[in-house]
Amino acid sequence: MLAIGLPHFLTVSAILLVLGIFGIFMNRKNVIVILMSVELILLSVNLNLVAFSAQLGDLTGQVFVMFILTVAAAEAAIGLAIVVIYFRNRGTIEVEDISTLKG
Amino acid sequence: MIAGLAFYFFAFVLIAAAVMVVTARNPVHSVIWLIACFFNAAALFLFAGAEFLAMILVIVYVGAVAVLFLFVVMMLDVDFSQLRQGFQRYAPLGGVVGGILLLELVLIMAAWRFAGEAEAFRAFPVPEGVGNTEALGAILYTDHIYLFQLSGLILLVAMIGAIVLTLRDRVGTKRQDPATQIARSSEVTLTRPELGQGIRREDIQRPLPPAPKAAPKPVDHEGGHH
Repeated sequence: MLAIGLPHFLTVSAILLVLGIFGIFMNRKNVIVILMSVELILLSVNLNLVAFSAQLGDLTGQVFVMFILTVAAAEAAIGLAIVVIYFRNRGTIEVEDISTLKG
Repeated sequence: MIAGLAFYFFAFVLIAAAVMVVTARNPVHSVIWLIACFFNAAALFLFAGAEFLAMILVIVYVGAVAVLFLFVVMMLDVDFSQLRQGFQRYAPLGGVVGGILLLELVLIMAAWRFAGEAEAFRAFPVPEGVGNTEALGAILYTDHIYLFQLSGLILLVAMIGAIVLTLRDRVGTKRQDPATQIARSSEVTLTRPELGQGIRREDIQRPLPPAPKAAPKPVDHEGGHH
């Protein structure tokens, strides 16, 4: 029972993914927590890829995780910059108020 | 045995920290719990043998991304209690959607098996006798070199984008204007004061004030009475 296998990693990863999506629903108003939930989802994906890579003995999964980390870092930087200028212009970060592009 | 217990411990802390990220009242606390999440995920990476990625996760995520989050949360002067409104209203919907998703994942995992020939389709089998970092580098710098360069380009674009988005011109700040400096005519010249005398007040050339006052009269010491 205590031997670590692929199912253990997949279970942790699935719970993490569900928590991330649940966080997006729970914090409908706070963009920053939504961004953090997206980070959680990406972390669960990375955990999945690393677990499969270890199970199969194939390094491609780990290379993929590196690229995902790169893109996630870029996404976090751009997203937070957008949040900062949105707050500077509107004085709030409520998601429901973000309808300026609606026309 | 010990490894199994350690795995369960790290996994439990990871999930508990993720719950706290989602439900914490204060976003600053959320960021702190997110950092805990990253540390425990790095430990789980170590269990899977991905040592390099574990270190990358600690360095890049805890060191850069989480600190960036912390910085932005603390910089924005947001009324967070107001943002918490509607928390109870959305919780059932989120619970239902998350529960359905978890159920689907469990169903998939229960019925899923590796294909028999999956071992034969490995693109880069883990080499024997080579460390994880070295093996990753041998792949990354040869077979995936274009993707590697492209990811660097993505980071560059993200950096430029973040700077361009948040840069603003404030009125009233004093800053250097190189064009004005270069276009300046040669009204200002260098002078060479006499040795041992220093410069006198009249030697200092400066823009004339609007109402020019008469220059102080040179003190005449000839036939002085003192």
